[in-house]
Amino acid sequence: MSMFLETLIGGLLSGTMYSLVAIGFVLIYKASGVFNYAQGSLLLFAALTFVTLTENGVPAYAAIAITVALLIATAIAIEKLLLRPLTNRSPMTLFMATLGLSYVVEGVAQGIMGSQVRALNLGIEDLPIFVGDILISQFDLVAAGVALALVVVLSLLFNRTRIGIQLRGVADDTRAALSLGIDINRIWQIVWAVAGLVGLVAGLLWGARQGVQFSLSLVVLKALPVLIIGGFTSIPGAIVGGLIVGAGESLAETYIGPFLGGGITPWLVDAAGFALLFVGRGGPAGGGSRGGV
Amino acid sequence: MAAAVLAAPFLASEYWINAIIVPFLILSLAGLGLNLLTGYAGQLSLGAGAFMMVGAYATFALQLRVPDLPLPLALIVAGLIAGAVGMVFGLPSTRIKGFYLIVSTLAAQFFFEWLFLKFPWFYNGNSSATIALSRGLSVFGLDANGPHGRYYLTLGAVALITLLSFNLIRSQTGRNWMAIRDMDTAAAVIGVPVLHAKLQAFAVSSFILGIAGALWAFAYLGSASVQSFGLHRSYQILFIIIIGGLGTIRGAFFGAAFVSLLPLVLDWLFQYLLSGQVDAGLLQNVQKAIFGILIIWFLIREPEGLSRLLAIRRTASRRLFPS
Repeated sequence: MSMFLETLIGGLLSGTMYSLVAIGFVLIYKASGVFNYAQGSLLLFAALTFVTLTENGVPAYAAIAITVALLIATAIAIEKLLLRPLTNRSPMTLFMATLGLSYVVEGVAQGIMGSQVRALNLGIEDLPIFVGDILISQFDLVAAGVALALVVVLSLLFNRTRIGIQLRGVADDTRAALSLGIDINRIWQIVWAVAGLVGLVAGLLWGARQGVQFSLSLVVLKALPVLIIGGFTSIPGAIVGGLIVGAGESLAETYIGPFLGGGITPWLVDAAGFALLFVGRGGPAGGGSRGGV
Repeated sequence: MAAAVLAAPFLASEYWINAIIVPFLILSLAGLGLNLLTGYAGQLSLGAGAFMMVGAYATFALQLRVPDLPLPLALIVAGLIAGAVGMVFGLPSTRIKGFYLIVSTLAAQFFFEWLFLKFPWFYNGNSSATIALSRGLSVFGLDANGPHGRYYLTLGAVALITLLSFNLIRSQTGRNWMAIRDMDTAAAVIGVPVLHAKLQAFAVSSFILGIAGALWAFAYLGSASVQSFGLHRSYQILFIIIIGGLGTIRGAFFGAAFVSLLPLVLDWLFQYLLSGQVDAGLLQNVQKAIFGILIIWFLIREPEGLSRLLAIRRTASRRLFPS
């Protein structure tokens, strides 16, 4: 039983890291209807910039500030060069454009900062702690705390600030928002920048866990089943989805994996998402995927 | 034109045939397969590599375990297997649309990468987990192992399938696909059997991709592994049809030519400009960034791709020089 609990808790905690990635998607999808495939590349870009700066002796806080500035500049560039020219085009076209964008971001980031694996030390000790007789990773605990804090900050941003309310207006009804004089291009810039910041947080946590390298950008693929479960438009959905995927993944690897020869996690979550699609549910808050003209 | 294509092996060097023309033809075929699904039927897929993989591994298994089956038939059976697999992964498309579908095709990608690596049966327990045809390539007794043989084998398959595809898209089936792509609700209202047609598109597309995968493994690479058909291959095929032109058959060929030649041109350019002082890793990243920029540029400026650019140029030149 304690083994089960341990696996479950470990899975839930690592699930918060999936939630973080998924939140980046949801933000952009809500505000601009774009399925942003480049979220993973932005995450890699952010983590890589931070690591390169700290390796060259820049203090951590300054490195964060520079990375954030770069992410904001990137968001503005993306809005001006990619989103604006593609306004009113089909969602599929926009998706493919973000696929192209991911190539640009990865190519430029790795071209300038190198593609070898970098170690990233956030100063969090990864000593396991015991709660009763259950082993919990301290790092996972901190990561979950950070994720929680981020969610609180985001919900404050959305519910209490003028920008947040404008943003929700755009997400609810773009045309109505436009007619009220909301500067939609600026909202897009802001939302992409915020998604970039969420990417930075996720990138640092993931990077500390598995090293900063190209495979970091593939984390986005893990977020897809999270989105299937939680829906594309709901932040609470993304959190719950992340937890479910994290827990499901680690339980499956422990209890089903041995029968299939192990190593099943890369496809299992996708397969679960697939099964869910097959049953035909678009997630609790999902919807929007079926029917209608 | 036809004469030039048939005589090409005698005009081009062996290097050109092996390293550029054969992969170009196979990539065109794969692009064609994906274009039927994505460009004509409007179903976005990131699993092109997976279906190619299925085709390659099925051909390998057939050649190994059913030695009496001649290669062309084995290719067709492998294509049918890939088509059936494609249909299974296309099933969610009957209930859902758009981005949710990407997940199902991605699941195919990762599932088959895992499957073909995990169970030695699929690669016959080979120590390097690669597959190669032990008896080589032969078409009804004719040896096709040399560069010329590979070229004609590939050319034959590509020409035949291209011809069939041209006819297919002009038939009721093709028109059904386009109706679904343009507006599926309207298509259903005018009586297009939407579910049937979508599954058909997945099956036909995966059939072609499967044959392309088998050719890629055995006519081009010689021996292949799961890595030969990874996610990057799926992206590459998708880029081919975006650059070449979504929803055109010619587009797959233009796109494939572009994708196979651009790296060579860039390589040459870097050698020429910087006289070989460039690190290979950097070159790869520069290439990647340029591809990304081109994808975005094409999507913004010319969603119908090279195929349309060339068509415009042709009408313009006709106007200048009336024949």
